[in-house]
Amino acid sequence: MTGLVILIPIALVLGLAGLGAFFWAARSGQFEDLDGAALRILIDDENQPDPR
Amino acid sequence: MNAAAQFDRGEGLETSTFTVDGLRCAACIAKLESGLPQISGVVSARVNFTSKRVRIDHAATLADEDLLSAIDRLGFKAQLFVGESDAAAKRESRMLMTALAVAGFAAMNVMLLSVSIWSGAEGATRTLFHWLSAAIALPAIAYAGRPFFRSAWSALRHGRTNMDVPISIGVVLTAAMSLYETMIGGAHAYFDGAVMLLFFLLAGRFLDSAMRARAADGVAALMRRVPSDALVRLPDGTTQRRLAAELAPGMRLLVAAGERIGADGVVEQGRSSVDCSLVTGESIAVAVGCGDTVLAGTINLSGPLTIRVTAAGDATMVADIARLMESATQGKSRYVRIADRASRLYAPAVHSLAALSLVGWLIAGAGLHQALTVAVAVLIITCPCALGLAVPIAQVVAAGALMRAGVLIKDGSALERLAGANEVLLDKTGTVTLGRVEPLSGMPDRPTECGILLSLARASRHPLSVAIAAWLEQKGAVEIALSDTIEHPGLGVAARIGEQVVRLGRPDWVGVAGTGGDQVSAAFRVGAGPVRLMIFGDALRPDAAAAIERLRGQGLVPRLLSGDAVAVVDTISGTLGIAGRARMAPADKYRIVEESAALGRKVLMVGDGLNDGPAMKRAYVAMAPASGTDVSQLAADLVFFGDRLMPVPIAIAAARRTMRVVRQNFGLAIGYNLLAVPLAIAGQVTPLIAALAMSGSSLLVVANALRLRRAAR
Repeated sequence: MTGLVILIPIALVLGLAGLGAFFWAARSGQFEDLDGAALRILIDDENQPDPR
Repeated sequence: MNAAAQFDRGEGLETSTFTVDGLRCAACIAKLESGLPQISGVVSARVNFTSKRVRIDHAATLADEDLLSAIDRLGFKAQLFVGESDAAAKRESRMLMTALAVAGFAAMNVMLLSVSIWSGAEGATRTLFHWLSAAIALPAIAYAGRPFFRSAWSALRHGRTNMDVPISIGVVLTAAMSLYETMIGGAHAYFDGAVMLLFFLLAGRFLDSAMRARAADGVAALMRRVPSDALVRLPDGTTQRRLAAELAPGMRLLVAAGERIGADGVVEQGRSSVDCSLVTGESIAVAVGCGDTVLAGTINLSGPLTIRVTAAGDATMVADIARLMESATQGKSRYVRIADRASRLYAPAVHSLAALSLVGWLIAGAGLHQALTVAVAVLIITCPCALGLAVPIAQVVAAGALMRAGVLIKDGSALERLAGANEVLLDKTGTVTLGRVEPLSGMPDRPTECGILLSLARASRHPLSVAIAAWLEQKGAVEIALSDTIEHPGLGVAARIGEQVVRLGRPDWVGVAGTGGDQVSAAFRVGAGPVRLMIFGDALRPDAAAAIERLRGQGLVPRLLSGDAVAVVDTISGTLGIAGRARMAPADKYRIVEESAALGRKVLMVGDGLNDGPAMKRAYVAMAPASGTDVSQLAADLVFFGDRLMPVPIAIAAARRTMRVVRQNFGLAIGYNLLAVPLAIAGQVTPLIAALAMSGSSLLVVANALRLRRAAR
């Protein structure tokens, strides 16, 4: 019983953290182009340095 | 892509979105994203591979046509994308997604607690777990249930009922009952059921909103094609720019080469060729001279023209087409989707069943608490969570399969309507044919000749030159340097190589009398050598015959409708073995669709031109190739990519499979409910059984829909 007092809050906090991460991802457009993201990793951009 | 952020939006920066055909791999993304910003005026380009679009931030001075030709030079076919999904639909979709996430989070955690209760937690532990469940579930229901509560409330306020009414009543009653149980330390709390119900329903809603029609106004896109102002020559000989709205019949317009014509009129001075594809859909430019009629929105290609206005503003042909499209749109919005039809029957049945069980148990002598518990159990068990998933999941899976096969679905109900279509009308140019001018015969094959021809062709923007250049580039010809290249408007291009004069242009100008009958032709000659007469035409899509054959196999009778000349249409309908009608004006096509509809037929209209717009809007369902005009793509419910016509029968087959699965899913979901309802009425449903029934039927429906993953064959 005493274990539950610690474990249940931990479980809930972790779950909420996941939910928060999902909210952030949805808001910042991470799901806009799912297929493109998989392909972009293959782009060889040595000759175009990061503009920032 | 971050470069755009450094620019102030106020400095005349614009964003244009294009649909790009032929995006296949990472290299294509890199080519566009690194190639486009090298053009001056383009700030950044970002490819969305999933939707096959590229978004370009560019200076306002750069016209869309320039960007199109820039994309073309990079080796892609693109069309302006104007149907940008409106902000409201996007917001709704996002709202459903966050609600779904909250419901999912709550469902998982409540289920975790419920499992321990089902496996035997008792006394203080059970009460603690119930309270914890309540603490998670109640805020989650309040947040994630909003879409249903809102819709149910607005339905009730107008004295109607919809699918959301039993859902809202069920969820609220369940939550309230469970809270009461928790307070009195009872054995059964249904928090898990209520939250899971919301989760499954939101999943269905979310998928559905992803499929929903993006409100796109084809009519507005059409009217954008008419220039907003025109150069008017006043009676005293001076010229003045006037707004299109100020033009009136009798005025004289000066139209430079390359400009769009601002009103319908008659040519008074000048010779030129006019690109009428906007109105007729035919790709080959029409030669005009004194006394010929020209239409608003068409492009004057080669020479300056003086035009006497005969109709302006709302009286033009283009405005007529726009009006036809508008009236057609109103008819189409009457279609009621299959899920809505089902819910109209479902909601009253569920309500009466729950009410009857409540009354029944009260009459049988049960207490209010027990009778209410049974009624809530009936509501939960019959709640249409599998039903809410049945249609959207099947459509989303099928849409994914079709997307991989090169067909994009624009409207959620498109598959339902496509499955019901029983007549097919095809436009000719650009639909059955490729819609571009291609050399059919007479092209040179020696490398030097090819090289010279390529250099000449590149010196002009005439459609035939462009076609020749494209054809030669594809064959790998290498340009040979020429000197003194001069373009003679309306005649052709001449240049020198060493001592020899080379010419490409009108056959009579180059040195042959005959022009090859009705066919479009051009001639090419090196020095005093033989004249090469090149014949041009619009080639059939490579698999047109096979696709027509398959349409026939599907029990459909395809017919050809074209604005083109009788001879051309006869040749093509003869080759394909289908009936064809020639010289069809936009209003004629519209009328034919209307006649078929009056006979109770459900017409699939496949077209690519603006002239097909009204007919496509009027048709039961419409398809357009991605190479078509933006107006046709907006009017279409489905858009297909590539040079093949086969996606049309493939989409029909997939739509029919999808509807078969949808009907099976309805059967599964209702069958499941029929099994569980007697248990619920008998008062035998515990939270465990409710949870099993709900997730079981939803899983069954999803698994059945996943069979559609290979539906696009």
